Amino acid sequence: MNLAQLQQTFRDWLVSASDESAQSLGNHHAGLAVYQNNYRAQLVGCLEQAFPNLRRWLGEDAFLAASITHIDNHPPHAWTLDAYPEGFYATLKAVFPRNPDVHELAWIEAALNDAFVAADAQPLALETLAELDWDTAVLHLTPSLRCHGLSTNAEAIWSALWQDAPAPEAVMLEQAGGLLVWRRQFTSRLRQVDVQELQALQHVQADGRFAGLCEWLVQRLGEEAGVMQAGEYLAGWLGSELIVGVSHV
Amino acid sequence: MSTSNPHFSGYGLGLRKEHYCDFLETSVPVDFVEVISENFMVAGGQPRHILRQVRERYPVALHGVSMSIGTAEGLDGDYLKRLKALVDEIEPLFVSDHLSWSRSGDFNSHDLLPVPYTDEALDRVCANIHQAQEVLGRTMLFENPSSYLAFEGASMTEWEFIAAMAQRTGCELLLDVNNVFVSASNHGFDALAFFKGIPAERVRQVHLAGHSQGRDILIDSHDSPVCTGVWELYAQAMTRLGPVATMIERDDEIPPLAELLQELAMARTLGAQR
Repeated sequence: MNLAQLQQTFRDWLVSASDESAQSLGNHHAGLAVYQNNYRAQLVGCLEQAFPNLRRWLGEDAFLAASITHIDNHPPHAWTLDAYPEGFYATLKAVFPRNPDVHELAWIEAALNDAFVAADAQPLALETLAELDWDTAVLHLTPSLRCHGLSTNAEAIWSALWQDAPAPEAVMLEQAGGLLVWRRQFTSRLRQVDVQELQALQHVQADGRFAGLCEWLVQRLGEEAGVMQAGEYLAGWLGSELIVGVSHV
Repeated sequence: MSTSNPHFSGYGLGLRKEHYCDFLETSVPVDFVEVISENFMVAGGQPRHILRQVRERYPVALHGVSMSIGTAEGLDGDYLKRLKALVDEIEPLFVSDHLSWSRSGDFNSHDLLPVPYTDEALDRVCANIHQAQEVLGRTMLFENPSSYLAFEGASMTEWEFIAAMAQRTGCELLLDVNNVFVSASNHGFDALAFFKGIPAERVRQVHLAGHSQGRDILIDSHDSPVCTGVWELYAQAMTRLGPVATMIERDDEIPPLAELLQELAMARTLGAQR
């Protein structure tokens, strides 16, 4: 067996723990068991660390069972273990297909983890605004911003769990909303918004032009209300340090 | 060809988040700190900010766990690029990783898996070290791992492999005394033969750590104080080494900083007696 074959066989042992791979590696039962245990324990620990409040919400047994399902079906690929929790969202959707609260809690915690180490960016200085040509202005949002649709009260559940307070029961929202996660300086933030603000931010993420945002809102709300709403969003996003730069088309 | 790292004689600790405030707000009596490289190979945020602040106060060694120097397919270019960016920013005392592998194809085990001590593996490890040192523009240190099995068909001992690796690549060594203790116990070799077999003049750094007793073998768990046997081995190793940077490595069950500093005082005492 050459080096590549040996490493492929070792991989098979870690992922499947098959008798065939153990035999090919020399049947070193005690040593192979240590490596097998290290591999699985590290991945379980990684998921536990990434999703502390989801774990409390699901309960220890259900979280561990979902973790084992994920580890069995999705061996890690990236050089960094930080990337491993990303795929857990899809596993949770498969394991808990009727629990959007679970999916949305997982999204919140994954987004908070991402935002924590996203690229640094300084918020836009307010004095920059005075000289702007708003017809050609292109807004640049913080690289830590993550946006997601919201159908349940997952934000309230997560906030209660985070504060060690009793969490409310999961319910569907009367009207769909949105979730924003980003980082202000070194602190990750979570905010629930209505679906219009979510779509407005997604519009800016895709297009960037402030004039385009105004056009989109005017189409929905009419000339006067649309322009006013664009101004209100802009002021709020500036105050929340979501906007980190402006260029011109 | 990269130039050798300068000799650095001092005593340090692995920097763990439980002790960030101590290192940033007080003057901790250490000569250097070591961080896990991958924890800081991120785009931004608090980890990089803290590392920059720590670097202003202490020399920093970068210690990696994911280079996978024994991988048959060669190194991950993205990984090397990110490590290079961190090295350029931090200007570390040392850059080290392990004589092990973790990646095979698109799979990454995130564990330090054993390399077979064969001519083929030596060729591959040396080619990978040459690539890493060329990209980073500096001489790296490689650490002897703890291992829990030995492959059939080995054509040399671990120390013969390490000596050949250092001779062919110019790399330097991070001697983990606890790993020697664990592997010697698990495989039944003489730890002193290991010390005699490696090129002592290439050792730039020493790790000291705790281990635990598994059902059949010792486990390199880094979750307990350095044991008497490892202290004795350290004292013996130090008689053979030149100026080195010695540190206590604790990754789990992290105690208050004062306890680690007490262990470091023991290392200073033994180091001064050589």
